[in-house]
Amino acid sequence: MNSSSILFALDALTGALFLLTAIGVVATRQVLASLQLFILQSVLLTLSAVLLGFAQGSIHLFAVAAITIATKTLLIPWLLRHTVSAEVYRTREIERVLNIPSSLLIAAVLIVLAYVVANPLLGAVSVPFAQINLPLGIAAMFLGTFTIVVRREAVPQLLGLLAVENGVFFAGVAIVPSLPVIAELAAAVDVPVLALVIGMLTRRIHVRLGTTSVGQLASLRDC
Amino acid sequence: MELFGILVIPLLASGFSLLPLGRRFAAPATLLATAIVLGLALAVALEASRTGHVAASGQWLTCDGLGALVLLLVAFVGFTAALFSWGYVAESVKRGRQKSIHQYYALYNLFVLSMLCVPLLANVALMWIAVELTTLLSAFLVGFEDTPEALEAAWKYVILTTLGAVLALLGFLILYWGSRVAGMEPFTWIGLVGAAPHTPPALIWIAFLFILVGFGTKVGLVPMHTWLPDAHSQAPASICALLSGVETTTVLYVILRLFPVVSAAPGLDARPWFIAFGLISVTVATLLLIYVRDFKRMFAFSTVEHMGIILVAAGLGGADAHLGAAYQMTGHAIAKSFCFFAAGATVLSVRTQEIASVRGLVRSSPVAAIALLAGAFAIAGAPPFGLFVSEFVILKAGLASGQYAVVGLLAFLVVIAFCAVMLHVNRMAFGTPEREMHTWALPRTCKLTLAFAAIPLIIIGIYVPAPLFELLKAAASAMGG
Repeated sequence: MNSSSILFALDALTGALFLLTAIGVVATRQVLASLQLFILQSVLLTLSAVLLGFAQGSIHLFAVAAITIATKTLLIPWLLRHTVSAEVYRTREIERVLNIPSSLLIAAVLIVLAYVVANPLLGAVSVPFAQINLPLGIAAMFLGTFTIVVRREAVPQLLGLLAVENGVFFAGVAIVPSLPVIAELAAAVDVPVLALVIGMLTRRIHVRLGTTSVGQLASLRDC
Repeated sequence: MELFGILVIPLLASGFSLLPLGRRFAAPATLLATAIVLGLALAVALEASRTGHVAASGQWLTCDGLGALVLLLVAFVGFTAALFSWGYVAESVKRGRQKSIHQYYALYNLFVLSMLCVPLLANVALMWIAVELTTLLSAFLVGFEDTPEALEAAWKYVILTTLGAVLALLGFLILYWGSRVAGMEPFTWIGLVGAAPHTPPALIWIAFLFILVGFGTKVGLVPMHTWLPDAHSQAPASICALLSGVETTTVLYVILRLFPVVSAAPGLDARPWFIAFGLISVTVATLLLIYVRDFKRMFAFSTVEHMGIILVAAGLGGADAHLGAAYQMTGHAIAKSFCFFAAGATVLSVRTQEIASVRGLVRSSPVAAIALLAGAFAIAGAPPFGLFVSEFVILKAGLASGQYAVVGLLAFLVVIAFCAVMLHVNRMAFGTPEREMHTWALPRTCKLTLAFAAIPLIIIGIYVPAPLFELLKAAASAMGG
């Protein structure tokens, strides 16, 4: 087994775990557990960026890895802890829009759909690592979107959004290994600002309304 | 040089508003800054209409006809909304909880800056960041009133439009991938059009769909529009004018920019998708306009309708339809911002947003009533206003290219929407009130804003100045007319 096929196998393993964390964010009930799953997912994204960086000798991917570790595993959890009160983290969702078995069934359909979307792309251009990263990245995006739809608590919705973002970058590291530097900076600035804005908004909602169950807010509707 | 000025001045004004010394002068400073930006944008637009292209440093900042048009519209509404904010924000802070006015102006300047960046940044990745920042910077402006409804609206706004932007990001990464497969082209709009014929069509196609759905969320295309009426009705009226009048247009501009890229790729055609999304949006918005109960929501639904019309116009194809689309963008930005100023004036004088509880406004608050009527006529597309002309141009272009079914449906829906808007506003202005309505006086700056914003509203329907016409033509050709 030569070194590149070992890297390939390791990336496949990372990808599988990455997908599991995305499914986990859909299925967990505790707010704190979702946050921990998100951190784990970010670590796996970093790992994949490092593996691809070795395989393709791209310095850019190491920068992506460094930025991901700094922002998503350190800065964002810190920001959320300081903006959102501890009470929110202890929350356990009793009520969900969908129960867990049917959520998982839909998640399975979404993963298949991700392969359907990724297939024409992989057929058009052949990039070895994209075979793993592109469909799994898109799958994580779909699962994150689904999370936002079914979760009612504010923090899990934010984490769903960040999971979508992780999915984009998981696909991105394979399809554009020489991501322009500015895009890396974007990820470095944009994502923490997003977490900050949403964290502060969550705090305001908590203070003003006494709940962070944003899915139940329905004073604005038509007819 | 002007392009740098346009980007630096709002930044300075924002910083000034946060200084302890500048806090008290935040409103006049913002007004001055936006006035200078409007002047610079006019200069850029004039140059673009003459030469078709303005570049500061070709790599980073550049502006063609379409970009200059969007720039000018953002700068115009940025100025009028700043003028409106002066009295409106002071008034709403007085009656509500204490919220710092200087924070409002600091964010206001940054929000306008982020929108000004979108048409100016040459690099597509940077442009994506600018679009994303428009959401993040305006989130607290949407929630500024700090009511439970405003916070709910701000939450939906941030989550859904950011989700859309992140989906679009994958589209842009795929486009970048494609341009690298095609040979290294700079990651600019021109570079993308150049690379498109050599890029595998599957890449451009999937990227197009991701961006259409992703940024379509921010434009308010049905079925991704659910956040829009909430955010556009709960924000302070000055912010609504920016959100509805130009933020949507700015993002639609990005989608329109994709049109020449997709057309340049062999075997791809974006037009049916534009027409389908556009018609669905117009249909649903028209139905909602009939049943609407809140007059700020009414104008928000009308925004969904107009975004749909512009998309249909782009999808009809051909130089004339694209000219109509550019004209419609101009007319919408001017008329919709005016409508929200009128709605803001109405809210200030009767302190409610419910259509049913406002009756006989023309007697109790004539200025607000006349503004509301004028705005409604303009936005619904009655002659002699600009949107009548642009809708006429679009329908005529569609007939000329033989797309009768699309034109017929569009014309039918536009007429229904017209009747719905006029019915609501007519009742508000002339209906008999059930009980004596108490009204509050309007701040002077509100009246001034209405007077100033009415000038272009009236002019562009009757007479299009030659430089503006050249600019519209340049914008249409940038859409690949």
